[in-house]
Parts: sequence; structure tokens; C-alpha cells
Amino acid sequence: MPEITYREALNQALAEEMERDESVFLLGEEVAEYDGAYKVSKGLLERFGPRRVVDTPISELGFAGLGVGAAMTGLRPIVEFMTFNFSILALDQVINSAAKMYYMTGGQIPIPMVFRGPTGAALQLSAQHSQACETWYVHAPGVKLVTPGTPADAKGLLKASIRDDDPVAFMEGELLYNMKGEVPDPDDGDFVIPLGKAEVKREGADVSLITHGKMVNLALQVAGKLEKEDVDVEVLDLRTLRPLDVDAILASVRKTNRAVYLEEGWPYVGIGSQIVTTIQEEAFDYLDAPVLRVTQADVPMPYAKNLEKLAKPDADRVVAACNRVLYRD
Amino acid sequence: MPKTETQDEKKTDANDGAEKEGGDEGIDRFDREQLHHFMREMLLYRRFEEKAEEAYAIGKIGGFCHLHIGQEAVALGFIGPLQEKDYVITAYRDHTQALAKGLEPGPVMAELFGRDGGVSRGKGGSMHIFGAEQRFMGGHGIVGAQVPLAAGMGWAIKYREEDQVCVCFLGDAAVNQGAFHEAMNMSAVWELPVIYVVENNEYGMGTAIERVSAVSIEERGEGYGVPTHSVNGQDIIETWSFVEDLVKEVRDGAGPQYVEARTYRFKGHSMSDPVSGTYRSKDEVEEKKEKEDPISVLRERLFDAEIMTQDELEALDEEARKVADEAVEFAEDSPFPSEEELYTHVYAELNEHGRLFMDGRDR
Repeated sequence: MPEITYREALNQALAEEMERDESVFLLGEEVAEYDGAYKVSKGLLERFGPRRVVDTPISELGFAGLGVGAAMTGLRPIVEFMTFNFSILALDQVINSAAKMYYMTGGQIPIPMVFRGPTGAALQLSAQHSQACETWYVHAPGVKLVTPGTPADAKGLLKASIRDDDPVAFMEGELLYNMKGEVPDPDDGDFVIPLGKAEVKREGADVSLITHGKMVNLALQVAGKLEKEDVDVEVLDLRTLRPLDVDAILASVRKTNRAVYLEEGWPYVGIGSQIVTTIQEEAFDYLDAPVLRVTQADVPMPYAKNLEKLAKPDADRVVAACNRVLYRD
Repeated sequence: MPKTETQDEKKTDANDGAEKEGGDEGIDRFDREQLHHFMREMLLYRRFEEKAEEAYAIGKIGGFCHLHIGQEAVALGFIGPLQEKDYVITAYRDHTQALAKGLEPGPVMAELFGRDGGVSRGKGGSMHIFGAEQRFMGGHGIVGAQVPLAAGMGWAIKYREEDQVCVCFLGDAAVNQGAFHEAMNMSAVWELPVIYVVENNEYGMGTAIERVSAVSIEERGEGYGVPTHSVNGQDIIETWSFVEDLVKEVRDGAGPQYVEARTYRFKGHSMSDPVSGTYRSKDEVEEKKEKEDPISVLRERLFDAEIMTQDELEALDEEARKVADEAVEFAEDSPFPSEEELYTHVYAELNEHGRLFMDGRDR
């Protein structure tokens, strides 16, 4: 299987879906002539022309709304946010228009579109450019949320998201774009990963380390570390946060009887809050320890290198959480 | 469309156009049948809204309910000249626009009643009337949010290389939203076939527009290279004539347009608000109703030109009242949505894997 970067995997998915379906187009800031702020759309302007690869003004609310309006007529827009940080400006159109349209039209008007771009912390970008935006989106019924953590998932899930008939927020990891991984060769057929299916990234018997997006890689690193101490960590990558693969979460917890949720976002009403709730409601009798969470510190992201390190979830804190649920202190 | 050849050729006042065409200020443009149709439609809108008002008063309609009484000529004048394939989108004062775009009065009233037979299956209510088949695209509750959506419809028309037009209504207060300005700019940059109609009824809820807008409503459309126009929205003959010409131009590629329709709301902002009081006087409302009621304005013109008799007018009104009554009957007869409908239409695609609803009720 060829090894390509996360960025190339996304680019392949975009190109293949635009090739397959004339109603798919890409719009956003710098996506065309600049080849994308993170070069995800590299070469697409040349290949598909300015009708289908469109540079927009810096008007997140406006072009997100334009995408929703186009989707109301049956087109399949892909709206790229340079980062999801800037999409907060567009949330009215995401939540009040895209998410609710199908419902408040009584099923007359679906919104088959994708909002995509990077989310999460990068390096010393401080408060406004380093935040995990999953919770803003997953909170609203009507939206689906996809968070790929590997190149293969990025490709297969983006293709599924573009084909989905609902608004899908597709959140990429800003620090993952250069990550390499095996992705099936396009010549070997259509590679699509269905939404709502979690994946066990590493099987284990002692503790379930459940996570999504970029944190999958940190989880695997921690699993490797603990393996040396004879702790067998299962890493479960949710991959999509809505629909949520509850069966996979419960299966893992019923096996290991212990769980830690790892996420980049803030703790208060974060993704982990929901996961913990789901586990205690549906697998309480299987638990041998309280479920713990490792999250960003409950503060805006600081700039100073030492403070930033303190604010982000890191291997040490994940190891400590695993040890606590295993009573290995 | 004749334009004023002033220093700014991008600005027009529809009055000038009507005058230039001559012949009783534009009435000659229409035949008797069309003029009677104008009256029939506006009477229907009026009687429909009055029925909604009655039903609200006795609790048959809930929530917010914004009536279009006094603004009927704007709905008819901007939608009547369109073709079926054209798009219309508006804010939450949306009942009469829906009727003008061809939605049946019964299902529209049933939507207000929150019934299964409503156009949006009782899930949208007064503020969210939709008719995808008739290309009536709502019915939007956040001030100004429909403006970028309209730009998206204009975008889709160009993308598919078709020749439809999108008419987007917004209130005078919506020009203060960023969404409006972002959409105007994009519409101009991409030459989208959208007519933005600002229904200037002088008040955003209870705030007079001059208190919150630095310049006039007509001027608020400037700055984007989009032609701006102003039309007397209480005169259906002037409005229809102007729009018919403008739609032709836009269909032929003239790009986006910004039109101020000068109008007035005879009722409160919504059914929960007083008609007059702290923000406008009763006298002001009474004077407007006396001098600028779009139905009276048309009636006088038709009577003067001997195109309609009192008997004919009464017959049309009786017909309108009957249709409005029947709409209420339809709504009354329609059942409430079944309880299963709570979870339908949240997602268009129920994925094979994973859980979409997190409230635990499905377990």
C-alpha cells in the first residue's frame, strides 16, 4: 500500500469526488490560486477550473451561508475554513441554517454539504488560533462530525462525508497534514469509510484509551510506553463523533473494565463528558474504576512555550490517568 | 427598464420609469384581467392574514406570528412577475410571499396551526414556511441570515448555467447585519442573479430605521457596485411594472440588484406587540392606513379608470374571504403530527453505523 501524507490523502479525496460528481465544488479562503492555506487543495484549480474551485473574500459567515444556499438547491458544496477557529463567525449559518433546515422544512430541503478545515492546537499560536472546535458543532442535532486521525481515515471519511446527504463538519488536525501513512491505491477501487464506525487502533486488555482526531497518535504513543510496563492499552479511535459508535465504546469497556477519554478540547461539557455519561449509563456494572478524562487545561491557550506545554494534554498526563484507573499509583 | 440619466446611472426611482411610459401612470401596461388579478391576490393576502390574526387571538396559532398586512403589494409585485422556476426567499414575515409563490392557502394556514398538513409538516410554524417544489425557500428566523442563502441560490443558478432569478426579501433592519454586507459583496464579485428587496416599513420591531441607520435605506446598498433602486411598494402597478422589467434584465445577465420597497406595516411587529404606542403614534398608523393602503390605492386607480366596479370588488372580496375561511377549515381538519415525527427529518441520511441521537430515548 502506498504511503502518502494526510494532506495528500485529503487532496485525493477531494479530486476523486469532484471527478465523480459534477455537483461537488470547493470554496473558501485561498483554496484556488494559493493552492490552499495548508495546500490541501493543491492543483485542484488547474484540474477543475475556477467554476468549481473558488477563492472567497474573508467573509466566513457570508460564504458559509452561500454554501448552505447552494446546497438548498441540491448542489454539494465543500466549504473550507482556513481553520475552524474562524468558523465561529459562521456558526449562525451552520447551526441555525444548515443543521435545522431539513427539520424545519418538514423534510423538504436537505443540506448535503461539508464544512472542513483544521481544528485544534498548533504550536505557539496562542488563544484565538489554537482551540478544539468539536463541541461547538457536535452539540447541534442535524450536524454530523468527523475527525480523522490518520491519512487513510482522512481520505475514506472525507469521501463518505461528501457523499452524505447531511451537513458534515470535517475537522482535520492542523499538525497532521505532514503525517505519513498507508492509504489504499486509488487504482485498487473506491476507498470509502462509512461514518459512525469507530476503529480499534490497537487492541488491548487492561484499559480502554478512547479518543478522536489528532489525539489518536498521542494515545498510540502512550500505549507503546505502557506496554513496556506490561500494561496492555486498547486504543479506540471514535473517528466520527456524530454518529457516535456507542457499540464500539461499550464493547471495549466491557472487555477492559476501565476507560480514559483523551481529547484536545476543554473539559467543561466537552466530548469526554458525553462519553463518560454514555459509559456510566450503559456499562456501569462493568466498570472497575471511575472513567477519567485528559483534556486541555480549562484556560485559553497561552503563548509562552512552557505554559502552552502545561495547557495541552501530553503523554505524561495520559499515562498518569491510565495508571489511576488501573490503581497503579 | 428606463433609467434616470443623472450623475449616478446606477440609481433609479421606479416613479421615473412609470412616468416615462406615460398613459395613466403605467396602468395601460396591464389588461383588465391582470388588474383584477392584482386585486384578487392582494385581497386574499389581506383576508388570509386577518384569519391568522383571529386564530392567534384564540390560541390556535402559537409562538411568534408576523403579519404582512399593509405590505401586500410588495409580496405580489416582487413575486408575481417571476416564473415558477425562479427562487424566492424571505425572513419570518413570510405568509403572503408563500401564497404569492403559489403555495396553497390551506397548507400554509395548517403550518401556522402546527398541523401535519402544514407545508413544513407542522415543524416550522409561522416563521418557517417552505415550498421546495414551488421554489419558495423560506421562511428564516434570524435577521439577515437569508441574504447569504439567497446568494447561494444565485450561485447555484450560475453554476448550472441556468437563467433563473432569485428574489430575496429582507427587512429594513437587516441591512445592519454583517451577513447582508458580506452577501452583497460576494453577489457583486460573482455577478449573481439575485434581486435583494429591502421592505422598508420604517421600523425594525419598535426602532425607527433613522435611529439606527447612518444613511437612508436606499444608500445602504451602495458601495458594492450593485445598482440600487427605490420603488413605491404601496402601489402594485408601479411595483409590478418595475419588477417585471428588472427581472428581465437580471435574467439576461444584469447581475445583482438592490431595491428599496417603501412600505408600511399596519400591525405590530408580531402578534405579541402593540400596533402603536411607545415607538409610533396611533395617528401615524391611521394616516398611513388611510392614504397608503395598497388595496385602497389600487381600488382608487381602478375605479378612476373605470376598470372595476364596486360590485366586482365586492365579489372579489367575497371570494378572498371564502378562500381564507377554507384555509382555516383545512388547518382545523388537519391532525397534529404523530409523535413519531419528533425524530424524523433531523437527518436526511441515517447512517448504518453509530448513534445519531444522544438523548437515550431510543434505548
